[in-house]
Amino acid sequence: MPPLRRGGLAVVLALVLPVTLALGWEVAVDTGAASGRLLPPPSRIGATLADLAASGDLLTHVAATLVRVGLGFLCGAAAGILAGAAVAMLPAVRRLIDPSLQALRAVPSLAWVPLFILWFGILETPKILLIAVGVFFPVYVGVSGAIASVDRKLVEVGRVYRLSRLALARRILLPAVLPATLVGLRTGLGLGFLFVVAAELMGASEGLGYLLVDGQQFGKPDQILAAIIAFALVGKLADTVLVALTRPLTRWQDTVRESL
Amino acid sequence: MLTVDALSKTYADGTQALSGIGLSVAPGEIVALIGGSGCGKTTLLRLIAGLDRASAGRVQVDGETIREPHPSVGVVFQEPRLLPWLTVADNVGFGLADVGRAERRARVVRALERIGLSEYGRRWPRELSGGQQQRVAIARAFVPQPRVLLLDEPFSALDAFTRRGLHDQLLDLWAESKPTILIVTHDVGEAVTLADRVVVMRPRPGRLDETVAIGLARPRDPVSARFEEAVRRVMAALDRSLRPAKPRRDLSPEGRAGWW
Ligand SMILES: Nc1ncnc2c1ncn2[C@@H]1O[C@H](COP(=O)(O)OP(=O)(O)O)[C@@H](O)[C@H]1O
Ligand SMILES: [Mg+2]
Repeated sequence: MPPLRRGGLAVVLALVLPVTLALGWEVAVDTGAASGRLLPPPSRIGATLADLAASGDLLTHVAATLVRVGLGFLCGAAAGILAGAAVAMLPAVRRLIDPSLQALRAVPSLAWVPLFILWFGILETPKILLIAVGVFFPVYVGVSGAIASVDRKLVEVGRVYRLSRLALARRILLPAVLPATLVGLRTGLGLGFLFVVAAELMGASEGLGYLLVDGQQFGKPDQILAAIIAFALVGKLADTVLVALTRPLTRWQDTVRESL
Repeated sequence: MLTVDALSKTYADGTQALSGIGLSVAPGEIVALIGGSGCGKTTLLRLIAGLDRASAGRVQVDGETIREPHPSVGVVFQEPRLLPWLTVADNVGFGLADVGRAERRARVVRALERIGLSEYGRRWPRELSGGQQQRVAIARAFVPQPRVLLLDEPFSALDAFTRRGLHDQLLDLWAESKPTILIVTHDVGEAVTLADRVVVMRPRPGRLDETVAIGLARPRDPVSARFEEAVRRVMAALDRSLRPAKPRRDLSPEGRAGWW
């Protein structure tokens, strides 16, 4: 079978279960067989989303969430890259800070929430900090691992051509660590979205997480589900943008699909 | 002129890899180093390349002592060691960083033509076969026009057909700028095809044994009687090197018992 048709079939098969369940539920509520009070049918969730979008509220909440994830991601990624590079390149720094960081990594990050609130209040600072902590670790681990495992044989090629330290970093080390760094950044972004939910659950007046809390407190399951869908879409979109932006940098290692 | 003078290398773990190596190679001469694994062939090449420091003795190229990689010494490793994030053309031009753009382009294009890979300049290394990759590595080493070129078993991972083609291409490139070539191989036919002189090495500690002058005009016909006679002479020298050294009077009986 040609690969395209096989791919199309896979998509159709993957959709069978969710579409059937959604339609079934829609029909069940429509015919009065189920009330749909706790689990609203797809049409009502869609209507809620449309209302939120029309009033501009959706945009406000999405923007608030994105700003938090963005700031937290920038801080966490920058710190992760710096710490990862320092630890991989300077043995003294590694012995000094890596054990502590590994120990901190073992703490489930949400356990910091009460402490952060105590220290920084419930405004933006603890939220962004929490997200940054979530982003930091995968980036740190990715960068330090990537630098430590750079192929010595390629570094030697640089030596044969007498590259200066700077040229070696730019022409060999940087391209060699880029793929693993990008994987770390991508994982970090995913965790950023995980942590923004927790951050917004700890008290916010806007943001998709706020929609969740609000929906729970006022018994609006359709709003909760609308927020969940928005989260999924925004998270997927952010990931896609990151991949698209960094794609040209790692084009050389794309697997050759035709040969698979 | 490449001269190696009383060169010794003892590794940090106490392994005596080379002891008192003396060798001089005339400009444009091709010398093949042959010997079993562990003879110190790679160690010798790395010392000449300036990639490792000798424990004693010295290496000179045109009177200049080599302490670190030198612009007039090129290296081809056993593996191609192409930089996977650079196109084939950029790999070939890797050693030309301080040459102007236009000039670099012209030299890369010419080198790709010489090795029959003109169509492949914009491909990634991973899209090439092993033999093609090694051709690119050889072109990369030739392009900066080194006066001495060191090759460490460059063809040992390739099949006999590919190897034959690469011998021709290597000689072709050599004929253009006539660098001094020192090539390590464990294939006697390869040594006789390429070299003016074949130097046999002995292990523990690595040292030079007999030298066999080939004395055949190029191009060489591998099925001619004179070629076969040269192969036999190298084989015989290799055989003698595998036999125990003649017992010496200063050797204690225990010392002699070490040879089986
Ligand atoms: N980095 C190293 N540290 C310690 N011993 C080494 C190292 N490299 C090579 N040796 C030893 O030196 C000897 C010569 O090795 P090598 O030069 O690789 O031989 P060849 O290339 O002829 O096979 C071997 O006994 C090998 O085990
Ligand atoms: Mg070797």
